[in-house]
Amino acid sequence: MSAVIQTKNNTKQQAALHDPTWVRTGLIAIALGFIVLFLCLPLGLVLFEAFSKGWTAYWSALTQPDTQAALKLTLLTALVTVPLNTVFGIAAAWAITRFEFKGKSLLTTLIDLPFSVSPVISGVIFVLLFGAQGVFGEWLMAHDVKIIFATPGIILATLFVTFPFVARQLIPLMQEMGNEEEEAALSLGASGWKTFFQITLPNIKWALLYGVLLCNARAMGEFGAVSVVSGHIRGMTNTLPLHVEVSYNDYDVVGAFAGASILAGLAIVTLVLKSLLEWKQSDR
Amino acid sequence: MSQSNIMPGFKPALGFTVVYLSLVVLIPLSTLVFNSFQLSWDDYVAIITHKRVLASFRVSFMAALIAAAIASFFGVVVAWVLVRYTFAGKRFFHALIDLPFALPTAVAGIVLATIFQPSGFLGKLLMDTVGVQVAFKPLGIVVALIFISIPFVVRTVEPVLLEFDTSMEEAAASMGASRVQIFSKIIFPNIFPAILTGFALSFARGVGEYGSVIFIAGNIPYVSEVVPLLIVTKLEQYDMEGATAIALSMLVVSFLLLFVINLLQLWARKRSGQL
Amino acid sequence: MNTNIWFNQLRVLAHMALTVMGLMLITNTALAERTLLNVSYDPTRELYKEYNPLFIQHWKAKTGETVAIQQSHGGAGKQARAVLDGLEADVVTLALAYDIDQLYNKARLIPENWQSLLPNNSSPYTSTIVFVVRKGNPKQIKDWIDLTKDGVSVVTPNPKTSGGARWNYLAAWSYALKHNNNSEAAAKDFIGKLYKNAAVLDTGARGSTTSFVEREIGDVLITWENEAYLVLNEFGADKYEVVTPSFSILAEPPVAVIDKVVKKNGNQDIASDYLAYLYSKEAQEIIAKNHYRPTDKDIAAKYEKQFPNLELVTIAQLGGWNDAQKKHFADDGVFDQIYDQGK
Repeated sequence: MSAVIQTKNNTKQQAALHDPTWVRTGLIAIALGFIVLFLCLPLGLVLFEAFSKGWTAYWSALTQPDTQAALKLTLLTALVTVPLNTVFGIAAAWAITRFEFKGKSLLTTLIDLPFSVSPVISGVIFVLLFGAQGVFGEWLMAHDVKIIFATPGIILATLFVTFPFVARQLIPLMQEMGNEEEEAALSLGASGWKTFFQITLPNIKWALLYGVLLCNARAMGEFGAVSVVSGHIRGMTNTLPLHVEVSYNDYDVVGAFAGASILAGLAIVTLVLKSLLEWKQSDR
Repeated sequence: MSQSNIMPGFKPALGFTVVYLSLVVLIPLSTLVFNSFQLSWDDYVAIITHKRVLASFRVSFMAALIAAAIASFFGVVVAWVLVRYTFAGKRFFHALIDLPFALPTAVAGIVLATIFQPSGFLGKLLMDTVGVQVAFKPLGIVVALIFISIPFVVRTVEPVLLEFDTSMEEAAASMGASRVQIFSKIIFPNIFPAILTGFALSFARGVGEYGSVIFIAGNIPYVSEVVPLLIVTKLEQYDMEGATAIALSMLVVSFLLLFVINLLQLWARKRSGQL
Repeated sequence: MNTNIWFNQLRVLAHMALTVMGLMLITNTALAERTLLNVSYDPTRELYKEYNPLFIQHWKAKTGETVAIQQSHGGAGKQARAVLDGLEADVVTLALAYDIDQLYNKARLIPENWQSLLPNNSSPYTSTIVFVVRKGNPKQIKDWIDLTKDGVSVVTPNPKTSGGARWNYLAAWSYALKHNNNSEAAAKDFIGKLYKNAAVLDTGARGSTTSFVEREIGDVLITWENEAYLVLNEFGADKYEVVTPSFSILAEPPVAVIDKVVKKNGNQDIASDYLAYLYSKEAQEIIAKNHYRPTDKDIAAKYEKQFPNLELVTIAQLGGWNDAQKKHFADDGVFDQIYDQGK
């Protein structure tokens, strides 16, 4: 008798721990429907348009000198901004999660701020600083230093826009982790750097990698802010996203979407790679 | 908390953080403030309370609010499904979530306008079945902002769900709680701060969005004209002060919003810590 | 172990970074030849794509020097602002004189009399504003008055952000004045009705073309004559028709050498020849082929059939750009009032 009640309770408990099948199916359907509608469809359209005139047209759009120059500039921008913002993200996360100090929530908010600044403004502020009419305009002119409408301006605007990504990923995780392990290592006499590389880094590496990937994706894809500081000189100061817009306005649909497909492709490949890595890791 | 005596690197880490933050973010942003100072207070008020400006604030804030709400709902469902269930192609869908970060906003705008235009795939469907036009109407702005917002919500809720200690669910179940009770009393309160953050980030991002919106909004004054477009309009008229005045007001609102959210989170964290 | 992999990855990344930076340096030094930057507005892309090789050839024949020409295209206001903010344009070729005027007003980059330095108000080509409708002209749109009818959906860019759109607007305004005994009240009413029919206000002329063609929005697109024929060429004469109204505006897109920049870059000779050569027979031929109205009489005669004769008002007759800008397009000007009504 009591055994029966026991099993009954067990099944009831089991039921309370798992979603009923209809809920499960329903939720998966909603989620996938939403993803298909808002993500797959746009992605599909990008690919469809990119290949609408065949593989050769796609390839020649990509190998065209202006596209190549844009791709190179985009890569360079990402290569400068991502490491800088990564170092910053780690330092900021370390300071914020490992110590108590006044103005901490203000600092956290300020780090988030670039997320919420309109891309148009993110570009304009650099024009206000370094433009010919800007704060440093005359000095820069006199010394023939080009910032706006040249690579440095594009890099600065991208730095601004992608500023919070790594820090945003690390802060909650490191807060959650606590610092017992690190304290233990330190009290055993390990140096600060050694503790960081052998204790902290292995613990945060996935979040870090993830933040880096997101930062990279955004650095390559940023449009609004870069558009303001670029000057749109073909083959010179057009990044890939700007090149996409230029091609689209040239009525070169294949060229435009071929460029867009690279950006989308880069993001997806890196993210699939990342989840494969994670998967392997969890198997071990 | 009296931790940290033993932890090294406080000064260099905080020093670097503050210096870098100042160089990359604060000093550039401060130019907005200084530029607006060239206006008298009355001029400033006159600019931002102009009825056209107020109307665009209403459009931007309403659209961002609706979009953030919708994205939050679907974002939570998506995060839940991706964390808790297994199904074919999950890894691919998972990778796809960040697409809006990577795709240039202009491309997003062009693509969404193509899909939702009255002769487009979904636009036609919606037009024929429910008689609603999406692209070139305020609804178009909402659609673009939902797209932009997806990763913000999913990626803030997902880690919390992953970290979530299922033993709490088990304990509740053993005390006879039903599935609905477990969700509403245990799971939801725990992920709520994350949802709130995702919502706030989406909202703050949506209010300032320009690239994708102008392609799909229609840009009709008082109806579908967003704040960033007005800023651009002022710039095109060589009216830097007017542009910075509007930009500054947006910045202040965003800052306050983020600040409140961060305080809310802190409060939620402390409260859950006491539980 | 793990840290090793980590370091290896970092090393690979650093290596890639150095390679790419090296590449950038190489490409920069390869550009040792003199380059000229032409900052232009949106619809001239095709024109200068064709003109630049011609000029490079001409300059080579004349001096033996090989020059490179860089192009930047965008909305006229945005482009002029970029030049003001330090974009080092040797020459600007913009949609309207107002934006070039600002280069003098705000920063003295050019002399005050810039517009009298080259023939024909410094406009090597002119254009006018026409309509594009869908094949068969289902809404029977013949003239400006048809654009104000109920149920006609109009596509035109926002005159506050697009130079071309200001020409569109002023053409409609002048038409209304002409047909209403110069009554401004009637013209305001006319313009109001026209813009109430606007389904989308894109930020630039190209954006409007896309809305009309790709998005299939609207019954009629108001645009540059050259852009209208480009639509036929690019998207099919079997799908669209160009309608030339009875009356329009003489659109003069002017050009100017940016003195301050060419002096600094040592490009005076190329820059002034680049603009002067636009008036040559060879260049005018290209201009006509791209459906801009040539200013050279012989070439104009040769392509006469291509350009319908219609009555054109000039910007001077409207009191010049400064007045027009202040009255119509400044904040709370006539254009804003259209939308303010009833709000």
